[in-house]
Amino acid sequence: MSDVLAYAELRGSQLRGVARETVTGARRLADELGGDVHVVSVGPPGSGEEVASLADYGADRIFTAEDGEFGAYHPDALVRAFQYLADQEEYAAILFPASARGKDLAPRVAARLGRGLATEITDLEVEDGEPVVTRPTYADKAYARVGFTESPALMSIRPNVFIPEESQGSGEHEELEVDADPVRTRVSPVETSEEGKLDVAEASQVVSGGRGMQGPDNWSLLEDLVDALGPGTALGASRAVVDAGWRPHAEQVGQTGKVVSPNLYVAVGISGAIQHLAGMRTSNVIVAINKDPEAPIFDVADYGIIGDLFEVVPELTEEIRKIRGDGG
Amino acid sequence: MNIIVCVKRVPDSGTRVRVTGDGRGIDTSGVKYVVNPYDEFAVEEAIQIREERGEGQVTALCLGPDEAEEQLRNALAMGADDAVLLEAEPPMDGLTVARELAAELEDRDFDLLLFGKQAIDDDNMQVPPMVAEILGLPCATVVVDLDVEDGRAVARREVEGGHEMVELELPAVVSTQKGLNEPRYADLKGIMAAKKKPLEKKEVELAEASTELLSMREPEEGTDGEIVGEGAEAAPELARRLHEEAKVL
Ligand SMILES: Cc1cc2nc3c(=O)[nH]c(=O)nc-3n(C[C@H](O)[C@H](O)[C@H](O)COP(=O)(O)OP(=O)(O)OC[C@H]3O[C@@H](n4cnc5c(N)ncnc54)[C@H](O)[C@@H]3O)c2cc1C
Ligand SMILES: Nc1ncnc2c1ncn2[C@@H]1O[C@H](COP(=O)(O)O)[C@@H](O)[C@H]1O
Repeated sequence: MSDVLAYAELRGSQLRGVARETVTGARRLADELGGDVHVVSVGPPGSGEEVASLADYGADRIFTAEDGEFGAYHPDALVRAFQYLADQEEYAAILFPASARGKDLAPRVAARLGRGLATEITDLEVEDGEPVVTRPTYADKAYARVGFTESPALMSIRPNVFIPEESQGSGEHEELEVDADPVRTRVSPVETSEEGKLDVAEASQVVSGGRGMQGPDNWSLLEDLVDALGPGTALGASRAVVDAGWRPHAEQVGQTGKVVSPNLYVAVGISGAIQHLAGMRTSNVIVAINKDPEAPIFDVADYGIIGDLFEVVPELTEEIRKIRGDGG
Repeated sequence: MNIIVCVKRVPDSGTRVRVTGDGRGIDTSGVKYVVNPYDEFAVEEAIQIREERGEGQVTALCLGPDEAEEQLRNALAMGADDAVLLEAEPPMDGLTVARELAAELEDRDFDLLLFGKQAIDDDNMQVPPMVAEILGLPCATVVVDLDVEDGRAVARREVEGGHEMVELELPAVVSTQKGLNEPRYADLKGIMAAKKKPLEKKEVELAEASTELLSMREPEEGTDGEIVGEGAEAAPELARRLHEEAKVL
């Protein structure tokens, strides 16, 4: 009862970045419990190979189900797959990413197994041989430590909290038979709004603009900074600029937008209202650029520059280009 | 068409959250309670569907303390027809709440079961799919567009960098996200009418929880952050420190 099961999330037949984070979290937990990491995926033909690569992140046994019907999210089949594995093996914990899909799927599995679920966890420990998690509540204004009364303990992990770590698992690949029927909830393939656009909630670096940007036409300034920071960087926005129609709602960070927790968060012309902080305060490194030294964003920032963003940002972009260009 | 909407009583989003000395919860003195903001989208959607079809019943359901009557009256003032209060202090454990709601819903007749996507106090985001699973119903979460026809519904849900469409046979469970509609304000007439609408109260015994709150704490105040400098001249120093010290470049 020390093995841990992780959900390998796919989009189409591609593994999503959060899958590696989930396996990394599972590996960490399994190491403390002295167990193995199992991974499960339900995807279209050919997807199993890709999932098998999770052996490099510590997966010991990899269960994959393939079917033409599994090209899109298939919650009914997934719940059957989890139930089957949970009946076969005795898991200490089952981990999901707190992605759009993970947050839809995990409660279904929890209810099917009749076990408790902790959502969006930001920390994971073992106490007296049992998993104990930390999760934000009240829009990150408080943190709760949560234990589980029975195993398996179900949890979804906040994106970007568990940075993928390579670790060699034994990687035994087994095929799983999962019925595509019956289907209660029929989901169509994801339609991406802009091809290849990274979602702010999953980016490992975020550059957010606020009302200080002064208008929708100035965003090329931030796009250049995003570009300089390289792949994995996405744009974010405060609610003020979303309400003004300068940026789409999908980019809004905060209590009524997305919760982000990137490795680097750059707040440009954002005052740092409590509702904005609610969406980004767990970021690893926070940088603030604001002309007002009293702006509350400086209270949570690790590094700040006081000044006019229209002067600071181009200079910073240039300097970052230099550093990254020099093999950084 | 009968629609049941689940609404939760939660502290207003502007609440200053202070954890109590024993770390078992938050200090509720002076806290203003409201209908969970996401549940307002659910109530609005239910009323709109009833209005469009010119028939049907909208019932608001809450698991909460006696005071939650206030939030149910709010839903009635917006336009719900009747309400049910399952009286108990709702636990943080999502599965316990889902089981309790499902036990009440099991004997009821409905075509659509609407929820908010998330309660803004515990931020669990788990009750709707759990209720669906317990009742054996189809379910779509975080829905920004909903089309209800006879016997079926099509929902559009937000996912990273796009959306996906979900087909559901009725009865079904849907959880709502901002963008679905603009919740109406209850007018005086609605508020007066709400006082006379039927509201049933039932005491319930909660089952044992599947998760246990061990302790709560407030986020660490501030950081060891510092102002690197002023104006564009500070940019090279910031870049250097991000590279060498923070190692994020
Ligand atoms: C229920 C509720 C939910 C909310 N949810 C959210 C949410 O999810 N996300 C969110 O962000 N907000 C949310 N808000 C709104 C929040 O309270 C703030 O109003 C909002 O975050 C302010 O956005 P801002 O920082 O861009 O604008 P402002 O507060 O106007 O700040 C602009 C900043 O730009 C600086 N500035 C101006 N010009 C320059 C310049 N040339 N160079 C450098 N700096 C400059 C100013 O000094 C100022 O600090 C919510 C509010 C409520 C009531
Ligand atoms: N105590 C409750 N009473 C009624 N509905 C609830 C309750 N708790 C949660 N819900 C519903 O479930 C949704 C999601 O809540 P949660 O999973 O707790 O974040 C809420 O938006 C409500 O619609």
